[in-house]
Amino acid sequence: MYKILKREDLAPSIKLFDIEAPMVARKAQAGQFIILKIDEKGERIPLTIADFDREKGLVTIIFQEVGKTTKQLGLLGEGDAVSDFVGPLGIPSHIEKYGRVVCIGGGVGIAPIYPITRALKEAGNEVIGIIGARSKDYLFWEEKMRAVTDELLVTTDDGSYVRKGFVTDVLKEVIDRGKTINLVVAIGPLPMMKAVAEVTRPYQIKTIVSLNSIMVDGTGMCGACRVSVGGQTKFVCVDGPDFDGHLVDFDEQMRRAKIYQDEEKRALLKFEEGCGRC
Amino acid sequence: MAFDRPTKKYPMPEQDPVARAKNFDEVALGYDLETAIKEAQRCLDCKKPACKEGCPVEVDIPDFIRFIKAGDIDSAINKIKGKNALPAVCGRVCPQENQCEGRCVLGKKGEPVGIGRLERFAADYELAKGTQEVQVAPPTGKKVAVVGSGPAGLTCAADLARLGHKVTIFEALHVAGGVLMYGIPEFRLPKRIVQREIENLTKLGVEIKTNAVIGKSLTVDELLEEEGYDAVFVGTGAGLPNFMGIPGENLNGVYSANEFLTRTNLMKAYLFPEYDTPIKVGEKVAVLGAGNVAMDAARTALRLGAKEVYIVYRRSRNEMPARLEEIHHAEEEGVKFMLLTNPTRIIGDDKGWVKAMECLKYELGEPDESGRRSPVPIPGSEFTIEVDTVVVAIGQSPNPLVPRTTRGLEVGRKGNIIADENGQTTREGVWAGGDIVTGAATVIKAMGAGKKAAKAIHEYLMAK
Ligand SMILES: Cc1cc2nc3c(=O)[nH]c(=O)nc-3n(C[C@H](O)[C@H](O)[C@H](O)COP(=O)(O)OP(=O)(O)OC[C@H]3O[C@@H](n4cnc5c(N)ncnc54)[C@H](O)[C@@H]3O)c2cc1C
Ligand SMILES: Cc1cc2nc3c(=O)[nH]c(=O)nc-3n(C[C@H](O)[C@H](O)[C@H](O)COP(=O)(O)OP(=O)(O)OC[C@H]3O[C@@H](n4cnc5c(N)ncnc54)[C@H](O)[C@@H]3O)c2cc1C
Ligand code: SF4
Ligand code: SF4
Ligand code: FES
Repeated sequence: MYKILKREDLAPSIKLFDIEAPMVARKAQAGQFIILKIDEKGERIPLTIADFDREKGLVTIIFQEVGKTTKQLGLLGEGDAVSDFVGPLGIPSHIEKYGRVVCIGGGVGIAPIYPITRALKEAGNEVIGIIGARSKDYLFWEEKMRAVTDELLVTTDDGSYVRKGFVTDVLKEVIDRGKTINLVVAIGPLPMMKAVAEVTRPYQIKTIVSLNSIMVDGTGMCGACRVSVGGQTKFVCVDGPDFDGHLVDFDEQMRRAKIYQDEEKRALLKFEEGCGRC
Repeated sequence: MAFDRPTKKYPMPEQDPVARAKNFDEVALGYDLETAIKEAQRCLDCKKPACKEGCPVEVDIPDFIRFIKAGDIDSAINKIKGKNALPAVCGRVCPQENQCEGRCVLGKKGEPVGIGRLERFAADYELAKGTQEVQVAPPTGKKVAVVGSGPAGLTCAADLARLGHKVTIFEALHVAGGVLMYGIPEFRLPKRIVQREIENLTKLGVEIKTNAVIGKSLTVDELLEEEGYDAVFVGTGAGLPNFMGIPGENLNGVYSANEFLTRTNLMKAYLFPEYDTPIKVGEKVAVLGAGNVAMDAARTALRLGAKEVYIVYRRSRNEMPARLEEIHHAEEEGVKFMLLTNPTRIIGDDKGWVKAMECLKYELGEPDESGRRSPVPIPGSEFTIEVDTVVVAIGQSPNPLVPRTTRGLEVGRKGNIIADENGQTTREGVWAGGDIVTGAATVIKAMGAGKKAAKAIHEYLMAK
C-alpha cells in the first residue's frame, strides 16, 4: 500500500496528494509519470509526477476530477492509501541550456509543467512562464511558478483574474516582442497543446508537448497509448510522454481519447448513485 | 493381452460449447479419479519412454502414470514436481501434441496417452487437498534478484529458494504471473490456480515486489552494485506487441491482442462496471493471426458479446501455429476462419471508428526456409469485410526495457537477450531465460530455461 501523507485542495476539482513511494521518488525526474490503482477493482490511471522529495521518499501528484477513478481518488485523504503506485515511467524531459524558453501550463497542466520549468531554470535558461485556467478559482501554484521563472504571465479564460484570454493569446504577445525564443514547452488539454503548436509553427519555434493518452500497463506491453508522430506510430508510455508538437497528430489523439466515452459515463453514473451525494 | 486397450483417450468432460461461449468459466473440466485411473491404464510403461524425451523438462512420465494407476496420487504429484514446478498450469496449456503426447508410442496407431490431462488431474487433486510442506535448504546468505514473474522467473525463483538462497522477484505489473495472469484467459487457465502456485512460492520464502519496473524504478546494474544482489535472472518475456504496419491501425476499435487480453484478464473488464477498466467489443470482430494468442482473443471476443468473430490468416489451416485443441475449441464455439486472406488496410467511418477491412486473397506457393509453403497474394483479389473491431495478434517481440538499461548485456537482431544454454548472458552475474531469450515460445520452455539458469546460478554462487 502507498500512503497519502498530505492532501491539499488546490481548486474546486483539483487536488494534490503527497504519496509515500520511496522507490519512485529516488529516480523521479521532470516529465515522468506514475500509474496508480486505488484498490483491487480499480483502473490503472497515469498521473504526472508534479514534484518529489528524494530524502522523504515522497511523490506529489495533482489530479483533476474528471471521471470515476479521479472522483474516487478525490474522496481519499491523509492516512488513506492506494494499492498500487508504479514509476517513474516514461522518458524524462530533455533538459539543457537552450537560451530563452517559454513554459506553458493550462489548467491541471500547471502541475506537470512546474518540475520541467524548474529544471530548465536550473539548467541556466531564461524562463518565461505562462499559466492559464478557466477562472481565478482554478488557478494554482502561481507563487511556486513565479519562483522558478524569470517572468510569469497569468491569464484566465473569463478574465476573473489578471486578464482575459487563452494561454495562446499570451504566447502570441510574447512572440511579438520580437526576441528569439529557443523552445516552447506546453502542457494542458489536447486542444490547448494543438493550438500552441499552431501558434509556434509559422515561426519555426521548437515546441514540446506532453501527451496524456489512454494507458494500461505503461511499460510498452499493450499499445493502448499509441500516437502518430511524423507519420510513425509511437507509444506514449515508453517513447514519450514528450513529443515534438509540430509532428503530433492531435486529431487522432483527441479521437482516441474518446474510445471509452460511453463506458466512462456509465461508470461515473453508477459511482455517483452508489455513494449518494458525495 | 487380456486387457482391451482403448485406442482413444478417455474423453474429458467439457462445458457445452453454446453455454461456454458466453461465460468465462473453465472450458475443460478435468478427469475424476476413476477416469484418470482408466486413462493411466492405457500407458504401456515403456522401457525407453519416448514421451519423456518430448517434454522440455523431462517429467518422469511413465513413473507418475504408474502411481496414478495404483491410485497413489500423492506419489504421482511428487514425481511430477521433481521436474515441473507448475503442473496445474502445464497440464492445461502445454502444446502436448508437439511434446510429450506427440512422441507417445500409442500415438502411432491410435491416440496417445492423455499425459497432459493426467498431469492436470494429479495437480488439481493436490490443490484441492492442500499442498504438502516443501523442504528448504538452510540459508546460504546469498541474494538473487529475479526480474519478471512469468513462468521463467517463477521457476527460477522456486528452485533457488529451495536451495537456500534469498530470492526477490521484481514485477512491473501489480500482480505476479506474467502471461499466465494477463494473457491466457480465465476460461483456459483459471487465475486462482496461478495464484495458488504463486502462494506456494512465497511459502518457500520468496519475496515478490510488484509495481517495480526494472530499467525505470531500479536497474539491473543497481541491483548488483548497490542493492547487494549476488546474481540476477532476467525473465521479462516478449511483451512488445507487433502491429501489421497497414493503414488504419490507429483507428478507434483496433486493439493489440495484448491490450485486448490484458484489459479482460488482468483488469477483469468482462466484469465492468463492477471492475473499473472498460473494453469495447462490437458486433463483428476480426482477429489477425492464428496462434494461441489469436485463438484466445477470438474466444474472448465471443464471450464479451460479439456476434461474429473471424480469424484472418494468410496461410492455410495446416500452418496455423495454435494448439489443435484450441483451434478445435474455437471452432466449436463458433469462431469462423478466413484462411489464405491478409488485410491490406483498415477503413474508418467519419468519426474515426473501424467500419471495414480490405483484404487480399492468397494461395500457397513454394516452401520457404521454415519448410512451410509460403503464401503469395493473388493479384486483383481485393475484397472488403464489414467489421467494427480488429484485434492484431501477429506476435510479440522481446521487451527492450532491461536490455536498453543494462551495461554489457548483448542482444540479438530481434532484441532478444543473448544467453548460452544455461542462461548465462554476456554480463557476469546476469542470467536470462524464457521469451526474452527465445522470442515468444511456450510456458514449459520458459520454465525449462528458468530451471537451467537456477542450477547455473547456484553453482556460481557456491563457487563465489
Ligand atoms: C502521461 C499522463 C500524465 C497525466 N497526468 C495527469 C495529471 O498530472 N493530472 C491529471 O489530472 N490528469 C493527468 N492525466 C490524465 C488522467 O490520467 C485522466 O484524467 C484519468 O485517467 C481519468 O480517469 P477517470 O476514471 O477519472 O476518468 P474517465 O472516466 O476515464 O474519463 C472521464 C472523461 O475525462 C476526459 N479525460 C480523460 N483524460 C483526460 C485528460 N487527461 N484531460 C482532460 N480530460 C480527460 C475524457 O474525455 C473522459 O471522457 C495524465 C495522463 C497521462 C497519459
Ligand atoms: C495470449 C497468450 C496465450 C498463450 N498460450 C500458450 C499456451 O497455451 N501454451 C503455452 O505453452 N504457451 C502459451 N503462450 C506463451 C507463453 O505464455 C509464454 O511463452 C510464456 O509465458 C513466457 O514466459 P516468460 O516467463 O518468459 O515471460 P512472461 O510470461 O511474458 O512474463 C514476463 C514478466 O516480466 C514482467 N516484466 C517485463 N519487463 C519487466 C521489467 N522491466 N521489470 C519487471 N518486470 C518486467 C512482465 O510484466 C511479465 O509479468 C501464450 C502466450 C500468450 C500471450
Ligand atoms: S510438462 Fe508439458 S510437455 Fe512435459 S509432460 Fe507435462 S504436459 Fe507434457
Ligand atoms: S510413450 Fe506413451 S505408452 Fe509409453 S510410457 Fe510414455 S505415455 Fe506411456
Ligand atoms: S500503456 Fe501499454 S504500451 Fe503504453
